Amino acid sequence: MDSAYATDITLTVNGEPRAVQVDNRMSVLDLLRERLGLTGPKKGCDHGQCGACTVIADGRRVNACLALAVAHDGASIQTIEGLGEPGDLHPLQRAFLRHDAFQCGYCTPGQLCSAVGMLTEPGPSAVTADLAADPPLTPGEIRERMSGNLCRCGAYVNIVAAIAAEVPKSATGAGT
Amino acid sequence: MKPFTYVRAGSPAEAIGAFQDGAAYLGGGTNLVDLMRLGVTAPAHVIDVTGAVSDEITARESGGLTIGAGVRNTDLASHPLVRERYPMLARAVLTGASGQIRNAATVGGNLLQRTRCPYFQDVTMPCNKRSPGSGCQAMAPGADTEHLAILGHSPFCAATHPSDLAVALTALNARVHVASPADVGQSAGPDNSRWIEMPGLHRLPGGVPEQDTVLKPGELITEVELPPPSGASQAPARQTYRKVRERASFAFALVSVAALLDVGPDGLVRDCRIALGGVAHAPWRAHAAERVLLGAPPATAAFAGAAEAELRYARPLPGNEYKVALARNLITSVLEELTP
Repeated sequence: MDSAYATDITLTVNGEPRAVQVDNRMSVLDLLRERLGLTGPKKGCDHGQCGACTVIADGRRVNACLALAVAHDGASIQTIEGLGEPGDLHPLQRAFLRHDAFQCGYCTPGQLCSAVGMLTEPGPSAVTADLAADPPLTPGEIRERMSGNLCRCGAYVNIVAAIAAEVPKSATGAGT
Repeated sequence: MKPFTYVRAGSPAEAIGAFQDGAAYLGGGTNLVDLMRLGVTAPAHVIDVTGAVSDEITARESGGLTIGAGVRNTDLASHPLVRERYPMLARAVLTGASGQIRNAATVGGNLLQRTRCPYFQDVTMPCNKRSPGSGCQAMAPGADTEHLAILGHSPFCAATHPSDLAVALTALNARVHVASPADVGQSAGPDNSRWIEMPGLHRLPGGVPEQDTVLKPGELITEVELPPPSGASQAPARQTYRKVRERASFAFALVSVAALLDVGPDGLVRDCRIALGGVAHAPWRAHAAERVLLGAPPATAAFAGAAEAELRYARPLPGNEYKVALARNLITSVLEELTP
Protein backbone atom coordinates (compact mmCIF):
# COMPACT_ATOMS: atom_id res chain seq x y z
CA MET A 1 0.00 0.00 0.00
CA ASP A 2 1.12 3.56 -0.72
CA SER A 3 2.63 4.64 2.58
CA ALA A 4 0.93 8.06 2.33
CA TYR A 5 -2.35 6.28 2.96
CA ALA A 6 -1.22 3.99 5.80
CA THR A 7 -0.01 4.68 9.32
CA ASP A 8 1.86 2.74 12.00
CA ILE A 9 -0.10 2.81 15.23
CA THR A 10 0.20 1.30 18.68
CA LEU A 11 -2.75 0.63 20.90
CA THR A 12 -3.57 -1.41 23.95
CA VAL A 13 -6.24 -4.02 23.31
CA ASN A 14 -7.67 -5.82 26.32
CA GLY A 15 -4.54 -4.92 28.25
CA GLU A 16 -2.04 -6.05 25.61
CA PRO A 17 0.05 -3.63 23.53
CA ARG A 18 -0.47 -4.13 19.77
CA ALA A 19 1.55 -2.46 17.01
CA VAL A 20 0.01 -2.52 13.55
CA GLN A 21 0.16 -0.67 10.28
CA VAL A 22 -3.33 0.33 9.22
CA ASP A 23 -4.87 1.67 6.06
CA ASN A 24 -6.06 5.14 7.12
CA ARG A 25 -9.57 4.13 6.07
CA MET A 26 -9.74 1.23 8.53
CA SER A 27 -12.25 1.45 11.37
CA VAL A 28 -11.42 0.25 14.87
CA LEU A 29 -14.05 -2.43 14.25
CA ASP A 30 -12.32 -3.79 11.13
CA LEU A 31 -8.96 -3.61 12.88
CA LEU A 32 -10.26 -5.69 15.78
CA ARG A 33 -12.10 -8.22 13.64
CA GLU A 34 -9.93 -8.55 10.54
CA ARG A 35 -6.43 -7.90 11.86
CA LEU A 36 -6.45 -8.80 15.54
CA GLY A 37 -8.84 -11.76 15.42
CA LEU A 38 -11.27 -10.29 17.94
CA THR A 39 -14.66 -11.11 16.44
CA GLY A 40 -16.67 -10.36 19.57
CA PRO A 41 -17.54 -6.84 18.39
CA LYS A 42 -20.08 -7.34 15.59
CA LYS A 43 -20.63 -5.48 12.34
CA GLY A 44 -24.36 -4.88 12.28
CA CYS A 45 -25.11 -1.70 10.36
CA ASP A 46 -21.61 -0.17 10.04
CA HIS A 47 -23.26 3.25 10.43
CA GLY A 48 -23.38 3.75 14.21
CA GLN A 49 -27.08 3.01 14.41
CA CYS A 50 -27.26 -0.49 15.91
CA GLY A 51 -24.54 -0.56 18.58
CA ALA A 52 -23.46 -4.16 17.89
CA CYS A 53 -19.86 -2.95 17.47
CA THR A 54 -19.72 -1.13 20.82
CA VAL A 55 -16.33 -1.27 22.53
CA ILE A 56 -14.84 0.72 25.38
CA ALA A 57 -12.14 3.16 24.22
CA ASP A 58 -10.18 4.93 26.97
CA GLY A 59 -12.98 4.13 29.40
CA ARG A 60 -15.88 5.27 27.20
CA ARG A 61 -18.27 3.21 25.15
CA VAL A 62 -18.10 4.08 21.45
CA ASN A 63 -19.25 2.72 18.11
CA ALA A 64 -16.12 0.98 16.78
CA CYS A 65 -17.52 1.18 13.24
CA LEU A 66 -17.40 4.99 13.25
CA ALA A 67 -14.00 5.21 14.92
CA LEU A 68 -11.01 5.44 12.57
CA ALA A 69 -8.22 3.17 13.81
CA VAL A 70 -5.60 5.75 12.81
CA ALA A 71 -7.30 8.30 15.06
CA HIS A 72 -6.98 5.87 17.99
CA ASP A 73 -3.19 5.62 17.98
CA GLY A 74 -2.26 5.31 21.66
CA ALA A 75 -5.77 4.43 22.80
CA SER A 76 -6.74 1.64 25.16
CA ILE A 77 -9.55 -0.52 23.77
CA GLN A 78 -11.58 -3.06 25.69
CA THR A 79 -13.77 -5.55 23.83
CA ILE A 80 -16.13 -8.23 25.03
CA GLU A 81 -13.14 -10.62 24.95
CA GLY A 82 -11.51 -8.48 27.65
CA LEU A 83 -14.60 -8.27 29.80
CA GLY A 84 -14.74 -11.86 30.99
CA GLU A 85 -14.16 -15.39 29.85
CA PRO A 86 -15.75 -18.79 30.40
CA GLY A 87 -15.42 -19.64 34.06
CA ASP A 88 -14.66 -16.05 34.94
CA LEU A 89 -17.54 -14.02 33.59
CA HIS A 90 -18.11 -10.34 34.24
CA PRO A 91 -21.00 -9.81 36.67
CA LEU A 92 -23.06 -8.30 33.83
CA GLN A 93 -22.45 -11.37 31.68
CA ARG A 94 -23.71 -13.54 34.53
CA ALA A 95 -26.74 -11.27 34.87
CA PHE A 96 -27.49 -11.63 31.15
CA LEU A 97 -27.44 -15.42 31.55
CA ARG A 98 -29.56 -15.33 34.68
CA HIS A 99 -32.16 -13.05 33.11
CA ASP A 100 -32.21 -14.73 29.68
CA ALA A 101 -31.26 -11.37 28.18
CA PHE A 102 -30.68 -12.54 24.62
CA GLN A 103 -31.97 -14.82 21.92
CA CYS A 104 -29.65 -15.01 18.89
CA GLY A 105 -26.81 -13.29 20.75
CA TYR A 106 -25.58 -11.15 17.86
CA CYS A 107 -26.16 -7.84 19.66
CA THR A 108 -25.04 -9.18 23.05
CA PRO A 109 -21.32 -8.23 23.00
CA GLY A 110 -22.32 -4.68 22.11
CA GLN A 111 -25.09 -4.63 24.72
CA LEU A 112 -22.64 -5.76 27.39
CA CYS A 113 -19.86 -3.31 26.52
CA SER A 114 -22.45 -0.55 26.25
CA ALA A 115 -23.93 -1.41 29.65
CA VAL A 116 -20.49 -1.49 31.29
CA GLY A 117 -19.72 1.94 29.86
CA MET A 118 -23.15 3.30 30.65
CA LEU A 119 -22.89 2.41 34.34
CA THR A 120 -19.91 4.73 34.75
CA GLU A 121 -21.30 7.65 32.71
CA PRO A 122 -22.14 10.64 34.85
CA GLY A 123 -25.07 12.98 34.80
CA PRO A 124 -28.64 13.17 33.62
CA SER A 125 -30.25 11.70 30.51
CA ALA A 126 -32.98 12.87 28.16
CA VAL A 127 -35.62 11.38 30.48
CA THR A 128 -34.26 12.86 33.71
CA ALA A 129 -36.76 15.30 35.24
CA ASP A 130 -34.32 17.19 37.49
CA LEU A 131 -31.01 18.09 35.87
CA ALA A 132 -29.41 19.10 39.17
CA ALA A 133 -28.90 15.65 40.67
CA ASP A 134 -27.57 12.45 39.13
CA PRO A 135 -30.77 10.42 38.83
CA PRO A 136 -31.31 6.89 40.12
CA LEU A 137 -30.85 4.33 37.34
CA THR A 138 -34.45 3.22 37.10
CA PRO A 139 -35.58 0.92 34.26
CA GLY A 140 -36.74 4.02 32.38
CA GLU A 141 -33.29 5.60 32.71
CA ILE A 142 -31.63 2.35 31.60
CA ARG A 143 -33.84 2.16 28.49
CA GLU A 144 -32.96 5.71 27.47
CA ARG A 145 -29.24 5.26 28.14
CA MET A 146 -29.15 1.97 26.19
CA SER A 147 -31.02 3.33 23.16
CA GLY A 148 -27.88 3.11 21.04
CA ASN A 149 -28.10 -0.69 21.10
CA LEU A 150 -30.74 -2.43 19.01
CA CYS A 151 -31.89 -6.02 19.51
CA ARG A 152 -33.84 -7.39 16.57
CA CYS A 153 -34.93 -10.39 18.66
CA GLY A 154 -36.61 -7.94 20.98
CA ALA A 155 -35.01 -9.16 24.20
CA TYR A 156 -35.17 -5.64 25.62
CA VAL A 157 -37.30 -6.48 28.64
CA ASN A 158 -34.78 -9.00 29.92
CA ILE A 159 -31.79 -6.87 28.93
CA VAL A 160 -33.14 -4.03 31.08
CA ALA A 161 -33.80 -6.47 33.94
CA ALA A 162 -30.27 -7.88 33.72
CA ILE A 163 -28.67 -4.44 33.75
CA ALA A 164 -30.98 -3.23 36.54
CA ALA A 165 -29.84 -6.18 38.65
CA GLU A 166 -26.23 -5.02 38.35
CA VAL A 167 -26.78 -1.34 39.04
CA PRO A 168 -24.85 -0.55 42.22
CA LYS A 169 -27.36 -0.29 45.05
CA SER A 170 -26.22 3.29 45.67
CA ALA A 171 -27.42 4.23 42.17
CA THR A 172 -30.81 2.54 42.04
CA GLY A 173 -32.61 5.12 44.13
CA ALA A 174 -33.99 2.26 46.21
CA GLY A 175 -35.15 3.54 49.56
CA THR A 176 -35.01 7.17 48.47
CA MET B 1 -13.91 4.75 0.52
CA LYS B 2 -11.26 6.77 -1.30
CA PRO B 3 -7.76 6.59 0.21
CA PHE B 4 -6.76 9.65 2.21
CA THR B 5 -3.75 11.00 4.05
CA TYR B 6 -4.11 11.50 7.79
CA VAL B 7 -2.42 13.99 10.06
CA ARG B 8 -2.98 15.01 13.69
CA ALA B 9 -2.84 18.73 14.29
CA GLY B 10 -1.61 20.01 17.66
CA SER B 11 -2.92 23.56 17.34
CA PRO B 12 -5.37 25.57 15.23
CA ALA B 13 -2.40 27.07 13.33
CA GLU B 14 -1.09 23.59 12.58
CA ALA B 15 -4.53 22.45 11.40
CA ILE B 16 -4.93 25.46 9.14
CA GLY B 17 -1.37 25.05 7.88
CA ALA B 18 -2.18 21.47 6.87
CA PHE B 19 -5.41 22.46 5.15
CA GLN B 20 -5.54 22.26 1.37
CA ASP B 21 -8.08 21.66 -1.38
CA GLY B 22 -9.94 18.41 -0.75
CA ALA B 23 -9.11 18.31 2.96
CA ALA B 24 -11.57 17.74 5.82
CA TYR B 25 -11.22 18.37 9.54
CA LEU B 26 -11.98 15.32 11.69
CA GLY B 27 -13.55 15.59 15.15
CA GLY B 28 -15.21 12.57 16.69
CA GLY B 29 -15.93 11.25 13.21
CA THR B 30 -19.47 10.12 13.95
CA ASN B 31 -20.84 11.96 10.91
CA LEU B 32 -17.78 12.39 8.67
CA VAL B 33 -16.72 8.74 8.71
CA ASP B 34 -20.29 7.69 7.95
CA LEU B 35 -20.51 10.13 5.02
CA MET B 36 -17.17 8.87 3.68
CA ARG B 37 -18.44 5.30 3.88
CA LEU B 38 -21.64 6.27 2.07
CA GLY B 39 -19.61 7.98 -0.65
CA VAL B 40 -21.30 11.31 0.05
CA THR B 41 -17.94 12.92 0.70
CA ALA B 42 -14.45 11.75 -0.22
CA PRO B 43 -11.72 13.93 1.29
CA ALA B 44 -8.19 13.30 0.01
CA HIS B 45 -6.73 14.60 3.28
CA VAL B 46 -8.10 14.15 6.79
CA ILE B 47 -6.81 16.50 9.47
CA ASP B 48 -7.60 15.28 13.00
CA VAL B 49 -8.32 18.38 15.06
CA THR B 50 -9.32 16.72 18.34
CA GLY B 51 -5.88 17.62 19.72
CA ALA B 52 -5.83 21.06 18.11
CA VAL B 53 -8.66 22.68 20.06
CA SER B 54 -9.58 22.82 23.73
CA ASP B 55 -11.65 20.07 25.31
CA GLU B 56 -12.39 22.11 28.42
CA ILE B 57 -15.34 24.12 29.72
CA THR B 58 -14.37 27.21 31.69
CA ALA B 59 -16.45 29.74 33.62
CA ARG B 60 -15.90 33.34 32.55
CA GLU B 61 -15.83 36.28 34.94
CA SER B 62 -18.90 37.75 33.27
CA GLY B 63 -20.90 34.70 34.33
CA GLY B 64 -20.79 33.08 30.92
CA LEU B 65 -19.01 29.94 29.78
CA THR B 66 -16.32 29.14 27.24
CA ILE B 67 -16.69 25.71 25.68
CA GLY B 68 -13.77 24.24 23.74
CA ALA B 69 -14.69 22.93 20.30
CA GLY B 70 -13.18 19.58 21.25
CA VAL B 71 -15.48 19.04 24.25
CA ARG B 72 -17.36 15.76 23.80
CA ASN B 73 -21.13 15.96 23.88
CA THR B 74 -21.29 13.74 26.99
CA ASP B 75 -19.01 16.08 28.91
CA LEU B 76 -20.95 19.14 27.79
CA ALA B 77 -24.31 17.77 28.92
CA SER B 78 -23.03 16.49 32.27
CA HIS B 79 -21.06 19.62 33.24
CA PRO B 80 -22.45 21.10 36.50
CA LEU B 81 -22.48 24.70 35.22
CA VAL B 82 -24.22 23.73 31.98
CA ARG B 83 -26.87 21.80 33.90
CA GLU B 84 -27.38 24.63 36.36
CA ARG B 85 -27.22 27.73 34.16
CA TYR B 86 -28.11 26.50 30.66
CA PRO B 87 -30.58 23.64 31.14
CA MET B 88 -31.87 23.97 27.57
CA LEU B 89 -28.36 23.27 26.33
CA ALA B 90 -27.92 20.17 28.50
CA ARG B 91 -31.34 18.90 27.42
CA ALA B 92 -30.68 19.58 23.74
CA VAL B 93 -27.43 17.62 23.80
CA LEU B 94 -28.97 14.77 25.77
CA THR B 95 -31.75 14.34 23.21
CA GLY B 96 -29.20 13.96 20.42
CA ALA B 97 -28.01 10.59 19.12
CA SER B 98 -27.01 7.78 21.53
CA GLY B 99 -24.69 7.42 24.51
CA GLN B 100 -21.96 5.95 22.29
CA ILE B 101 -22.17 8.76 19.75
CA ARG B 102 -22.30 11.50 22.42
CA ASN B 103 -19.09 10.06 23.90
CA ALA B 104 -17.29 10.58 20.59
CA ALA B 105 -18.99 13.62 19.05
CA THR B 106 -17.39 17.03 19.62
CA VAL B 107 -18.99 20.47 19.91
CA GLY B 108 -17.32 21.70 16.70
CA GLY B 109 -18.25 18.58 14.78
CA ASN B 110 -21.81 18.66 16.05
CA LEU B 111 -22.28 22.19 14.69
CA LEU B 112 -20.79 21.24 11.32
CA GLN B 113 -22.58 17.91 10.82
CA ARG B 114 -24.39 17.55 7.51
CA THR B 115 -28.10 17.18 6.85
CA ARG B 116 -29.77 13.77 7.09
CA CYS B 117 -31.96 14.57 4.05
CA PRO B 118 -32.52 11.12 2.49
CA TYR B 119 -31.57 12.41 -0.95
CA PHE B 120 -28.32 13.99 0.26
CA GLN B 121 -27.28 10.68 1.81
CA ASP B 122 -28.23 8.57 -1.23
CA VAL B 123 -25.55 8.98 -3.89
CA THR B 124 -27.85 7.51 -6.58
CA MET B 125 -30.16 10.53 -6.26
CA PRO B 126 -29.78 14.06 -7.57
CA CYS B 127 -28.86 16.54 -4.83
CA ASN B 128 -27.71 20.12 -5.22
CA LYS B 129 -26.02 20.05 -1.84
CA ARG B 130 -23.93 16.96 -2.55
CA SER B 131 -23.50 17.52 -6.27
CA PRO B 132 -24.21 21.17 -7.18
CA GLY B 133 -26.42 21.58 -10.23
CA SER B 134 -27.71 17.99 -10.24
CA GLY B 135 -31.19 18.97 -9.01
CA CYS B 136 -33.23 18.44 -5.87
CA GLN B 137 -35.07 15.15 -5.60
CA ALA B 138 -37.10 16.55 -2.69
CA MET B 139 -38.91 18.77 -5.21
CA ALA B 140 -39.95 15.81 -7.38
CA PRO B 141 -43.57 14.62 -7.29
CA GLY B 142 -44.09 12.00 -4.62
CA ALA B 143 -40.80 12.77 -2.86
CA ASP B 144 -40.31 11.78 0.77
CA THR B 145 -40.50 15.20 2.42
CA GLU B 146 -41.47 14.13 5.92
CA HIS B 147 -38.21 15.32 7.49
CA LEU B 148 -37.62 18.33 5.26
CA ALA B 149 -37.94 22.08 5.67
CA ILE B 150 -41.04 24.24 6.01
CA LEU B 151 -39.22 27.55 6.46
CA GLY B 152 -36.49 29.32 4.52
CA HIS B 153 -35.97 26.70 1.83
CA SER B 154 -35.36 27.39 -1.84
CA PRO B 155 -36.30 25.57 -5.06
CA PHE B 156 -32.77 24.14 -4.95
CA CYS B 157 -32.78 22.61 -1.45
CA ALA B 158 -35.20 21.80 1.36
CA ALA B 159 -32.73 20.08 3.69
CA THR B 160 -32.92 20.67 7.44
CA HIS B 161 -30.01 21.10 9.84
CA PRO B 162 -29.93 18.11 12.20
CA SER B 163 -28.08 19.50 15.24
CA ASP B 164 -29.95 19.85 18.54
CA LEU B 165 -26.99 21.65 20.11
CA ALA B 166 -27.12 24.37 17.41
CA VAL B 167 -30.79 25.10 18.18
CA ALA B 168 -30.03 25.71 21.87
CA LEU B 169 -26.97 27.84 21.05
CA THR B 170 -29.16 29.89 18.70
CA ALA B 171 -31.66 30.63 21.47
CA LEU B 172 -28.86 31.39 23.96
CA ASN B 173 -27.18 34.05 21.76
CA ALA B 174 -23.95 32.06 21.78
CA ARG B 175 -21.04 33.06 19.60
CA VAL B 176 -18.60 30.83 17.82
CA HIS B 177 -14.87 31.55 17.67
CA VAL B 178 -13.21 30.62 14.42
CA ALA B 179 -9.53 30.46 13.47
CA SER B 180 -9.02 31.58 9.89
CA PRO B 181 -6.33 31.08 7.27
CA ALA B 182 -4.34 34.30 6.79
CA ASP B 183 -5.69 34.78 3.27
CA VAL B 184 -9.34 34.78 4.33
CA GLY B 185 -8.93 38.53 4.53
CA GLN B 186 -11.25 41.26 5.66
CA SER B 187 -13.55 39.24 7.90
CA ALA B 188 -10.79 37.92 10.14
CA GLY B 189 -9.08 40.12 12.70
CA PRO B 190 -5.36 40.75 13.07
CA ASP B 191 -4.87 37.44 14.91
CA ASN B 192 -6.54 35.56 12.06
CA SER B 193 -9.63 34.72 14.03
CA ARG B 194 -13.20 35.96 14.13
CA TRP B 195 -16.41 35.62 16.10
CA ILE B 196 -19.67 34.50 14.53
CA GLU B 197 -22.90 35.22 16.39
CA MET B 198 -25.59 32.56 16.67
CA PRO B 199 -27.84 32.57 14.76
CA GLY B 200 -25.50 33.32 11.89
CA LEU B 201 -23.13 30.37 11.60
CA HIS B 202 -25.57 28.36 9.48
CA ARG B 203 -27.11 29.82 6.35
CA LEU B 204 -30.25 29.31 4.30
CA PRO B 205 -29.76 27.39 1.05
CA GLY B 206 -30.72 29.97 -1.58
CA GLY B 207 -28.89 29.14 -4.79
CA VAL B 208 -25.82 27.61 -3.10
CA PRO B 209 -27.09 24.76 -0.91
CA GLU B 210 -23.64 23.15 -0.97
CA GLN B 211 -22.63 25.74 1.63
CA ASP B 212 -24.10 24.79 5.03
CA THR B 213 -22.41 27.60 6.93
CA VAL B 214 -20.69 30.95 6.47
CA LEU B 215 -17.30 29.36 7.18
CA LYS B 216 -14.69 29.76 4.47
CA PRO B 217 -12.41 26.92 3.34
CA GLY B 218 -9.88 26.11 6.05
CA GLU B 219 -11.65 27.96 8.83
CA LEU B 220 -11.76 26.01 12.09
CA ILE B 221 -14.18 26.38 15.01
CA THR B 222 -12.06 26.64 18.15
CA GLU B 223 -14.58 27.45 20.88
CA VAL B 224 -18.11 28.52 21.69
CA GLU B 225 -18.85 31.32 24.11
CA LEU B 226 -22.09 31.56 26.08
CA PRO B 227 -23.20 34.91 27.51
CA PRO B 228 -24.37 34.94 31.16
CA PRO B 229 -27.80 33.36 31.58
CA SER B 230 -30.76 35.66 31.00
CA GLY B 231 -32.65 37.01 34.01
CA ALA B 232 -31.68 38.01 37.53
CA SER B 233 -29.02 35.84 39.16
CA GLN B 234 -31.45 34.99 41.98
CA ALA B 235 -34.24 34.14 39.54
CA PRO B 236 -32.80 33.15 36.17
CA ALA B 237 -35.15 32.95 33.20
CA ARG B 238 -36.76 29.54 32.82
CA GLN B 239 -35.58 27.62 29.81
CA THR B 240 -35.91 24.20 28.24
CA TYR B 241 -35.58 22.16 25.05
CA ARG B 242 -38.27 19.86 23.74
CA LYS B 243 -37.87 17.56 20.76
CA VAL B 244 -40.58 15.66 18.89
CA ARG B 245 -39.41 12.63 16.95
CA GLU B 246 -40.68 9.39 15.49
CA ARG B 247 -39.43 7.26 18.37
CA ALA B 248 -38.71 8.14 21.98
CA SER B 249 -34.91 8.05 21.71
CA PHE B 250 -32.02 8.09 19.22
CA ALA B 251 -33.80 9.88 16.38
CA PHE B 252 -33.51 13.26 14.69
CA ALA B 253 -36.07 15.96 15.38
CA LEU B 254 -39.21 16.30 13.34
CA VAL B 255 -39.57 19.62 15.15
CA SER B 256 -37.76 20.83 18.26
CA VAL B 257 -38.05 24.00 20.31
CA ALA B 258 -35.46 25.69 22.50
CA ALA B 259 -37.15 28.39 24.55
CA LEU B 260 -36.43 30.80 27.35
CA LEU B 261 -38.99 32.93 29.17
CA ASP B 262 -38.39 35.66 31.72
CA VAL B 263 -41.35 37.42 33.33
CA GLY B 264 -40.71 40.74 35.07
CA PRO B 265 -42.15 41.98 38.39
CA ASP B 266 -44.96 43.65 36.43
CA GLY B 267 -46.13 40.24 35.26
CA LEU B 268 -45.16 40.93 31.64
CA VAL B 269 -42.68 39.07 29.45
CA ARG B 270 -39.26 40.71 29.90
CA ASP B 271 -37.14 38.35 27.82
CA CYS B 272 -38.17 35.63 25.45
CA ARG B 273 -36.11 33.52 23.06
CA ILE B 274 -37.43 30.83 20.80
CA ALA B 275 -35.45 28.72 18.32
CA LEU B 276 -36.78 25.88 16.20
CA GLY B 277 -35.00 22.76 14.97
CA GLY B 278 -36.02 20.40 12.19
CA VAL B 279 -37.79 23.08 10.18
CA ALA B 280 -35.07 24.81 8.13
CA HIS B 281 -31.58 24.65 6.64
CA ALA B 282 -30.38 26.49 9.74
CA PRO B 283 -31.54 26.57 13.34
CA TRP B 284 -34.52 28.92 13.09
CA ARG B 285 -34.65 31.84 15.51
CA ALA B 286 -38.33 32.77 15.86
CA HIS B 287 -37.89 36.54 15.95
CA ALA B 288 -41.48 37.22 14.86
CA ALA B 289 -42.85 35.16 17.73
CA GLU B 290 -40.49 36.80 20.21
CA ARG B 291 -41.60 40.29 19.11
CA VAL B 292 -45.23 39.40 19.77
CA LEU B 293 -44.46 38.19 23.29
CA LEU B 294 -42.09 40.88 24.57
CA GLY B 295 -44.09 43.08 26.96
CA ALA B 296 -47.18 40.88 26.73
CA PRO B 297 -48.73 38.88 29.55
CA PRO B 298 -47.55 35.27 29.45
CA ALA B 299 -50.77 33.44 28.63
CA THR B 300 -51.78 30.66 26.28
CA ALA B 301 -53.56 33.01 23.89
CA ALA B 302 -50.43 35.14 23.57
CA PHE B 303 -48.25 32.06 23.06
CA ALA B 304 -50.54 30.75 20.32
CA GLY B 305 -50.57 34.18 18.68
CA ALA B 306 -46.79 34.32 18.79
CA ALA B 307 -46.48 30.87 17.26
CA GLU B 308 -48.94 31.86 14.55
CA ALA B 309 -46.93 35.01 13.81
CA GLU B 310 -43.87 32.87 13.15
CA LEU B 311 -45.52 30.04 11.24
CA ARG B 312 -47.35 32.49 8.99
CA TYR B 313 -44.20 32.36 6.87
CA ALA B 314 -44.13 28.57 6.61
CA ARG B 315 -44.23 27.04 3.14
CA PRO B 316 -44.60 23.31 3.70
CA LEU B 317 -43.81 20.88 0.91
CA PRO B 318 -46.39 18.33 -0.21
CA GLY B 319 -46.17 15.74 2.55
CA ASN B 320 -44.76 17.75 5.44
CA GLU B 321 -47.69 20.06 6.14
CA TYR B 322 -47.96 18.36 9.52
CA LYS B 323 -44.83 20.18 10.68
CA VAL B 324 -46.60 23.56 10.63
CA ALA B 325 -49.24 22.51 13.16
CA LEU B 326 -46.62 20.56 15.13
CA ALA B 327 -44.32 23.57 15.41
CA ARG B 328 -47.20 25.87 16.34
CA ASN B 329 -48.45 23.54 19.08
CA LEU B 330 -44.97 22.79 20.34
CA ILE B 331 -44.07 26.48 20.76
CA THR B 332 -47.31 27.08 22.66
CA SER B 333 -46.89 24.04 24.87
CA VAL B 334 -43.25 24.72 25.75
CA LEU B 335 -44.00 28.36 26.64
CA GLU B 336 -46.86 27.19 28.87
CA GLU B 337 -44.42 24.87 30.61
CA LEU B 338 -42.04 27.80 31.19
CA THR B 339 -44.68 30.14 32.58
CA PRO B 340 -44.12 30.68 36.30
